[in-house]
Amino acid sequence: MSASSDVGYHAQRQARWHYGEAAFWLIVLACGFVFPSRYLIMTDILRLALFAMSLDLILGYAGIVSLGHAAFFGVGAYAAGLLALHGIINEPVLALVVAGLVAMVLGFATSFLVIRGVDLTRLMVTLGIALLLEALAERFSNITGGTDGLQGIEMQPIFGEIPFDMFGKTGFFYSLAVLFLLFLFARRVVHSPFGLSLRAIKNNPLRAAAIGIPVNRRLIAIYTLAAFYAGIAGALFTQTTAIASLDVFAFERSADLMLVLVIGGTGYLYGGLIGAVLFRMLQELFSTITPQYWQFWIGLVLVAIVLIGRQRLHRWMLYVPNLVIRQIAGRKAVVAAPESDA
Amino acid sequence: MTIALETQNLEKQFGGLRVTRDLSLKIEQGARHALIGPNGAGKTTVINQLTGVLKPNSGRILLEGQDITDLPVHKRVLRGLSRTFQINQLYPDLTPLETIGLAVSERLGHGGDWWRRMGTRSDVNGEIADLLTRFHLLDVKNEQTVTLPYGKQRLLEIAVAIAAKPRVLLLDEPAAGVPESERHDILAVVGSLPRDVTVLLIEHDMDLVFSFADRISVLVSGALLTEGPPEQVARDPQVKAVYLGEEAVNV
Repeated sequence: MSASSDVGYHAQRQARWHYGEAAFWLIVLACGFVFPSRYLIMTDILRLALFAMSLDLILGYAGIVSLGHAAFFGVGAYAAGLLALHGIINEPVLALVVAGLVAMVLGFATSFLVIRGVDLTRLMVTLGIALLLEALAERFSNITGGTDGLQGIEMQPIFGEIPFDMFGKTGFFYSLAVLFLLFLFARRVVHSPFGLSLRAIKNNPLRAAAIGIPVNRRLIAIYTLAAFYAGIAGALFTQTTAIASLDVFAFERSADLMLVLVIGGTGYLYGGLIGAVLFRMLQELFSTITPQYWQFWIGLVLVAIVLIGRQRLHRWMLYVPNLVIRQIAGRKAVVAAPESDA
Repeated sequence: MTIALETQNLEKQFGGLRVTRDLSLKIEQGARHALIGPNGAGKTTVINQLTGVLKPNSGRILLEGQDITDLPVHKRVLRGLSRTFQINQLYPDLTPLETIGLAVSERLGHGGDWWRRMGTRSDVNGEIADLLTRFHLLDVKNEQTVTLPYGKQRLLEIAVAIAAKPRVLLLDEPAAGVPESERHDILAVVGSLPRDVTVLLIEHDMDLVFSFADRISVLVSGALLTEGPPEQVARDPQVKAVYLGEEAVNV
């Protein structure tokens, strides 16, 4: 092998699909058939996963912290709701894309505020924007329904063919398809030179500029893309639950998202997906044990994660699955612990 | 002789402190020019202004005759002005392969590609392979930068700057902190830079300066003390006074 093609081979190392990834998606798909009574909670997890993947794009790759990511979720949710309620766009997929684009425009507009300043400034600016939108949604209740939210949304069949059913089966597979497509797209983007340049900016903005990377332009681009993803997640929320209320903008929604990524890890795209599953399962578990104090236990878990270190936890968790994988598919197939820390 | 890089009456103040005082430098095309001076003379501040990290309070900077005083950092790089840092500025999580690959991609205008995968362009791959080989980084190309020994990191620091194919290269103490055993690699690399690349070397190590430079400017308290060929600077009584006690000037 020549040195050049050898370099090409290694440069694409991370972009290649691993057995573990295929297994992951097959398991997710299988869940849709194995647990037919749990569509609603599973759909909820898929939405959260997509939303978390959106935050991972800016936090895990570009190092932009945000405490107001719900701003885009909320805009997407209301956009989808209004489109369906007033019959502007009846076809759900098209409405989904349009709602995502609306959030994207907002993302682009606010990105100029966010790229200025450092972490603390960014936390405050993103938080402020989300609070602002929540207040606006409450103020203009003639459009948004105020504290009652948008009511009476009726979803039309997907592509005019597949109606939403009361068990949420359509909603689940619809959400899964959207999540998977957007995942494929994100996966492609993060393994491009553009995606790599984001990681460089996160690692060392000074050096990034010193090799000719237009730092601000790249940050604006990824922030805008992440806003699109969050908007789609919000639109899915409205489309699969047929409601949109003020809590789509809530601070807790943005904060939970951070927790999801702390649990799942950042910078490898699966963090948001795994984190969403674990977060909801923990939530479920703790609220069955102690309905009133589940947040205490979630808090305890977070402290433990931070103290023990996520990498170590992942290695422990992957220990048994990897033993099995090694037997079946050999050493190379072993699922490695994610590389970067939040 | 054409002038590759020039400063005209450059002036920089931090609060009341004048760290660059009316500095006018001319660096000829293809020169091996060294900028020396005692600690705190403001050498790195000059570099930071040349590269655009800091904005001068007044004065102008010309790259190949064109005013670049107001250009942002990344645009100066694309115009052919590249640098290394006194303290390594690398990407701890990235590998040397990725680090160099990114610099090459940016220079060739592929840095904004968001669809095509890294590693699928043969021209980029070829250049990465060349640079990795030249800088003795081939065997560690897939290691995370943070895990590399310091000498290798230093080589990578220079390789990244070279990957931008600069016409003017600013080397800020390239051998700083490198253990004696690994110095040779660094010096060899610096010595083998192509002649059409203009080099401005900031350095403390007088052995390196006098073996490398064909012209030396001495900076003291932000102002130019003297300038000339190495023999002349070494004999200069003013320079001797500044470096009193530093035997290195006795060349």
